Amino acid sequence: MTTGNCGCAGGQNTCGGNKGKDNFVLSDAERHDIEHAMEHYEDPRAASIDALKTVQASRGWVSDGAIDAIAAVLGIPASDVDGVATFYNRIYRKPVGRHVISVCDSIGCFLTGYEDVKSELQKQLGIEYGRTTADGRFTLLPICCLGNCDKGPALMIDDDTHGPVAPADVAKLLEQYK
Amino acid sequence: MSHHVLYSGKTGETHPLTFRIRDDRQPVWLAEYEAQDGYAALRKALKEMDPAAVQATVKDSNLRGRGGAGFPTGVKWSLIPMGPDAGKKYLVCNADEMEPGTFKDRLLMENLPHQLVEAMILSAYAIQAYRGYIFLRGEYVVAAERLNKAIAEAKAAGYIGKNVLGTGWDFELYVHTGAGRYICGEETALINSLEGRRANPRAKPPFPQIAGAWGKPTIVNNVESLSNVPHIILRGAEWFKGLSQGKSPDGGTKLYGISGRTRRTGVWELPIGTSAREIFEEHGGGMQDGLSLKCWLPGGASTDFLLPEHLDLAMDFDTIMKAGSRMGTGLIMAVDNRQNMVSVVRNLEEFFARESCGWCTPCRDGLPWTVKVLRAIEKGEGKPGDIEFLQKMTRDLWIGKTFCAHAPGAMEPLQSAIKFFRDEFQQGIPSQIPATAVN
Ligand SMILES: Cc1cc2nc3c(=O)[nH]c(=O)nc-3n(C[C@H](O)[C@H](O)[C@H](O)COP(=O)(O)O)c2cc1C
Ligand code: SF4
Ligand code: FES
Repeated sequence: MTTGNCGCAGGQNTCGGNKGKDNFVLSDAERHDIEHAMEHYEDPRAASIDALKTVQASRGWVSDGAIDAIAAVLGIPASDVDGVATFYNRIYRKPVGRHVISVCDSIGCFLTGYEDVKSELQKQLGIEYGRTTADGRFTLLPICCLGNCDKGPALMIDDDTHGPVAPADVAKLLEQYK
Repeated sequence: MSHHVLYSGKTGETHPLTFRIRDDRQPVWLAEYEAQDGYAALRKALKEMDPAAVQATVKDSNLRGRGGAGFPTGVKWSLIPMGPDAGKKYLVCNADEMEPGTFKDRLLMENLPHQLVEAMILSAYAIQAYRGYIFLRGEYVVAAERLNKAIAEAKAAGYIGKNVLGTGWDFELYVHTGAGRYICGEETALINSLEGRRANPRAKPPFPQIAGAWGKPTIVNNVESLSNVPHIILRGAEWFKGLSQGKSPDGGTKLYGISGRTRRTGVWELPIGTSAREIFEEHGGGMQDGLSLKCWLPGGASTDFLLPEHLDLAMDFDTIMKAGSRMGTGLIMAVDNRQNMVSVVRNLEEFFARESCGWCTPCRDGLPWTVKVLRAIEKGEGKPGDIEFLQKMTRDLWIGKTFCAHAPGAMEPLQSAIKFFRDEFQQGIPSQIPATAVN
């Protein structure tokens, strides 16, 4: 991707010279966060996970254009950034809903009955794992042990950990996330 | 039955790791932490002890790594190059806590962020690291906020930064948050992840102590291991050894815990070597009404099952190893009598198969195959020879046959489930294949 040397302000997109795939342009705040993270390490590459998380925090997911833009800031090949993005399960390379529900399916929650909670979620949302509701509100994913096994079954919605969750709690829980 | 109050009424003398935890579970910030001897160990070490003396004290204390393998911390430290020519070195705290069944490091980081920060500074001084990283799993959002705040407070107080407490030693400390994947907890995969790469493990040797992060000497230690260090420095190696109350040759207390369908679940700081029975009955309160204990995992998904008859064993590394399992992280998972062991193991192997990093073939292909066979047996559609096949897997995915300890860890619950509950596997394999099914 070409970084704009046309003199236009990055975020304004007047000339399009620094726009990447899917018209992606890093915001000043995103670029600042990524450059700040780079200072923490010996080598800019180390900030690739921070950078992916920065973009995901503001956009919900990481597009092809975002991969190119991050690669340009870090000065590493886009294929390396994508290799990292696709390795880690908490980086989303496809659009997700406004809220991501991650259901712990590890042994502790298995023993305390997570499968009933998962079924109730699937019933109420009308989706399988890996899918997003038609209104774009929720994405449902499995996740491994959340370190909340003493309060299982456990799940995360966005950054909040909940547990123990019973099937009867599901409707009320979902209401908190509009 | 005695009922233990969880955190109140403890002292630093008997419960070093948890005595400062507040009853209201609000985090302890700098002023309150310092009022309870916080940073006293760091001040003492930087004033009175050279790095070699700190290392020697930790070695004498018999502290063994709390991340699962039990490697003596002082011995690990002694392998790192010292002296003026040693160059840049790193201290990395393994706060990836993703071993199913484990929730102890979270407790320490959320409640006592300064304890880990002090521990990192002090341990970094001992090995003369110039930078430290806390590699924290991304899901621990609360811990990340609190650790970052504690680091900022410590920096403002002169405990971190240039010329720490006037010693001429510079140290910076950062929180690095992950983005998922259990394999990040394996120390060489963790280093790759820290460097911004895919978290595939690295070949050993060279060990991280010689060539770790960015090729520089690096020490990786677990949160709980490190959190013990300030207490050892403040009160001495002999005091630390005495904490086990003769229950174990190992030193210190241990964060033990229990989960599953027990009456109570949680984490408790107890002398290392406390019996599994005390943890299960006295602290966990036994199984919930109508249930009984079928078997238990001593310390995470990658440890072998033990039976109720093993409950009197001391929970320490050597004793549990002799009984054919591993203490692992020391957080017990209680399996109740209503569980079918084929289903339990299927769930465990699904976890390991999904979390395989894909680097080596036996693990990448062997684990999904194991899951497939277990699913068939679970549905009552197993074939003659399936148990023998699973047993062959436990040999083919064993230590030395795979690139890292992930796959062998996956085989531990499988081999012990077959050993103790073979009949349940047998029940999923119809003895006679109906003629119509044979083609
Ligand atoms: C697959 C795998 C996952 C691991 N996960 C963790 C973990 O989450 N936390 C941890 O402290 N150690 C974990 N370990 C152990 C580390 O490799 C390493 O032994 C440990 O961090 C060393 O610290 P210690 O000596 O203080 O115990 C894991 C090991 C393997 C093979
Ligand atoms: S054993 Fe599994 S997790 Fe370890 S290197 Fe091989 S594929 Fe990766
Ligand atoms: S097993 Fe679900 S939180 Fe640990």
